[in-house]
Amino acid sequence: MIFELFIGIGYFVFVKENSKGLGMIWIRVANHAVHIKNDSILVHGAKIIKTILLSELFAVKANIYDESELPMNLLSVNECGLYCKQGDFYIDPWKPVKTALITHGHSDHMRAGMSSYICHHHTLPILKLRLGPDNLVQGVSYGEEFEINGVKISFHPAGHIIGSAQIRMVYEGEVWLFTGDYKLSVDGVSQPYELVKCDHFITESTFGLPVYNFPTNQSIYESINAWWQENAKEGVNTVLLGYALGKAQNILAHADKSIGDVFLHGAVDNVNQALTEVGYTFAGTRITADTRRDAIRGALIVAPPSAMDTPWLRTLKPYRIAMCSGWMQLRGARRRRGVDRGFVLSDHCDWAQLNQAVRDTEAKQVYVTHGYEHNFSKWVQDEYHIGASIFKTLYNDAEEENV
Amino acid sequence: MIDFVHLFEAIDGSTKTSVKVAAMLAYLQTAADSDKLFAMAVLMGNKPKRPIRTADLRIWASEESRVPLWLIEESYYVVGDLAETISLILPPKARSVTTDISLRDLFDAIVALRNMAPEEQRKLVTGYWSKLEGTALFLFNKLLTGNLRVGVSRKLVVKAVAQYLGRTEPEVEHRLMGKWSPFDEDMDSLFQDDLQEGKHFLPYPFYLAYALDKDPGELGDMKDWIIEPKLDGIRGQVIVRKGELFVWSRGEDLMTDKFVEFEPLRSVLPDGTVIDGEVIPWKEGKPMDFSVMQTRIGRKNISKNVLAAAPLVMVCYDLLEWEGRDIREWPLHKRRSQLQEILAIFPVGNILKLSSAMSFDSWDLAENYRQDARKHYAEGLMIKHRDSPYEVGRKRGNWWKWKTDPMTIDGVLVYAQSGHGRRANLFTDYTFAVWDQGELVPFTKAYSGLTDKELFTIDNWIKRHTIAKFGPVRSVTPELVFELAFEGINASSRHKSGVALRFPRIVRWRQDKPASEANSKEDLLNLIASKHESIR
Repeated sequence: MIFELFIGIGYFVFVKENSKGLGMIWIRVANHAVHIKNDSILVHGAKIIKTILLSELFAVKANIYDESELPMNLLSVNECGLYCKQGDFYIDPWKPVKTALITHGHSDHMRAGMSSYICHHHTLPILKLRLGPDNLVQGVSYGEEFEINGVKISFHPAGHIIGSAQIRMVYEGEVWLFTGDYKLSVDGVSQPYELVKCDHFITESTFGLPVYNFPTNQSIYESINAWWQENAKEGVNTVLLGYALGKAQNILAHADKSIGDVFLHGAVDNVNQALTEVGYTFAGTRITADTRRDAIRGALIVAPPSAMDTPWLRTLKPYRIAMCSGWMQLRGARRRRGVDRGFVLSDHCDWAQLNQAVRDTEAKQVYVTHGYEHNFSKWVQDEYHIGASIFKTLYNDAEEENV
Repeated sequence: MIDFVHLFEAIDGSTKTSVKVAAMLAYLQTAADSDKLFAMAVLMGNKPKRPIRTADLRIWASEESRVPLWLIEESYYVVGDLAETISLILPPKARSVTTDISLRDLFDAIVALRNMAPEEQRKLVTGYWSKLEGTALFLFNKLLTGNLRVGVSRKLVVKAVAQYLGRTEPEVEHRLMGKWSPFDEDMDSLFQDDLQEGKHFLPYPFYLAYALDKDPGELGDMKDWIIEPKLDGIRGQVIVRKGELFVWSRGEDLMTDKFVEFEPLRSVLPDGTVIDGEVIPWKEGKPMDFSVMQTRIGRKNISKNVLAAAPLVMVCYDLLEWEGRDIREWPLHKRRSQLQEILAIFPVGNILKLSSAMSFDSWDLAENYRQDARKHYAEGLMIKHRDSPYEVGRKRGNWWKWKTDPMTIDGVLVYAQSGHGRRANLFTDYTFAVWDQGELVPFTKAYSGLTDKELFTIDNWIKRHTIAKFGPVRSVTPELVFELAFEGINASSRHKSGVALRFPRIVRWRQDKPASEANSKEDLLNLIASKHESIR
């Protein structure tokens, strides 16, 4: 049994039980895991700042160290986000900071209130749509290199959604890479993932369990179209739920328009309109108060998950409804959603893709963020014999968020 | 089994009963005769026992998939179902597999597994793993773990089978009673055999009462109703036919060997007698607590001591068959007076007792009795129309159960664990604690009673208020208070808190109460004490 105690950002204590009961105690301070034996502990000579009673159940005490006394990495996590001390900038921060590098336009990665933003060109219209026109924003291209206080930075395609990027940082000869959200499979809309070799690899782990093995995108597009065709034949509308930015465009690009017409929820159309600014066009007519009911008969309607159980949805009757998400891999999640079908269409890496990325980057140290970070980091250590630890972030591990 | 896979998917993918019945009917019309009974058995929840150790299953899955055991375990916490976890973890097939296995062959294999050496078991299981994928693989694993459930009620299966056979539903329901084995039956033996001759062991389908959901005054004249105390034992049927005795429980388990007290009835009652009643331990002229019954049922060997400590009787309330004749159509008052006569004439001793018909001057007085039911060793009242026939299954109108209010207590949420199935990956299984000298002592778990919306809110709260993780269990800051209801409470040496609750569930989330105002262990002990007072 392992139990872990979270006592504030950067501090973790966990206890591993052996056959005799309590065996090893580990302390993890930020991303350092330290083994404690017989109550005597040394963490790089750092000073104990606090002793806490771990658990009444185990009657164990543990010591907490000040993170700042530990050897410094280029990147670390503090209360505002993923921080680069040398460059004094943040990546996808969750509290207002001076300089924010943004991997992509989903709201858990791109938040309001930063003094300045740096993101890929194709994320610019999304930022304008969601955070307003009055931000100080700088767009960069994939592969374009720039420097902040000696840290060399470049953005590389992450394959997650349009404009999504992995961010590569080089300092004193060491290469750091933060993936943001990413996938290796090609969706035909976003710029495909580019392999970037690095020393330190910071990866998400949304689907970091071996039960998540997604079918090929192609087979999912086929089953979506077959289902739409079946519904259309019966004169029933087909509603597909997917996140307005990313999933919706992914669906629209592969819908077989010979089956029928395509209609959009306003939130999806807003994103599509914004993306025209950077040269993308997608099929679909926005549903408005004037849309005639008989015009949508047998059509495909793309809406965000938040449209579920709304009066808006009821106006689309008769319909069958499906959720497009990696979570649909599990029966329980599918049934809980209360939809007619679940399509395992994801914009994240599945288990195999995560593993391939870890191997191919040839990183010597892996840091795991949002998702199943405990399991995936332990797996990476055991399987590949490279260092792996956890970056506790506030990114959403739910794949789709509410609009 | 591909047709059964499609049937399962059709049932699983819909919430509409009409779609489910249509899917079952379509299956019955096209499936191989030898498969039908196996499908029906599965649909009705009559599945083969788990033939192997799930620990072995985990090890084999780990070796086949190269996923370490700890990671299978972690995945299982998230998926909430071992069979599904293994199905998803096994490496995908290089090319589509086409071998179709009949349901019958599959069941044969499952049963054969039980008597195999582990190495043989492993070979057979991994052989199937390499041949099956998708839903078929999932269903196979569900059979291996012994918990395959299909989302249809027994009522719906009966409906589809009745439509298929062109018979009435009560008749089909009767034929499908008992834990029949698809290995020993075929469509003819199950549905054509003479009930009195070939199926003399079979019980009648139980008639079940609805909970009274209106003012009893609306039932009209009290004289039209027979009112009995609702006892807390096990509903059963005593059958004497062809010189043999059968005692069936409402769960359709044959209990004849466990309920040895009834053995003399074989020679006492005439052939062709079926009595419906409550099996309950009885001592010194009083029924005993249900917990006594529970320990009695759990015994494998019924020693003299056990018999003396918990002697069973049946409190009889209905007569379904007399002199070999099905009399379920008779009005209740007629069946009851015949029953009364039988119990008076035949030397049934203390084994069979007549359920007492109570007379109250008004519904208000009945209500008083109901509220105090526990003091009268009852859990409420049964209200049955005197002219009612003995119907099949749960039907509204003629029979009502009017239970006493459950006991309630306010507990603090201290541990949470994620649920299974539809509740997988959602913290829905809670452990609650009460105060004991300034400390919180866990005293019960409860799973049901909250709305989906509340579950999501609390799940989110738990994730943000976790103190520690113990495998799948999280301890949380003790802040949330819930009102819990339960049907019974007893002192227990097996539980840390010293009490054991019967059928605990959540009534509501007390958002108005801080943890400090939750109940105490003393309150629980008082509940036990007040119950015992009445027994003395």
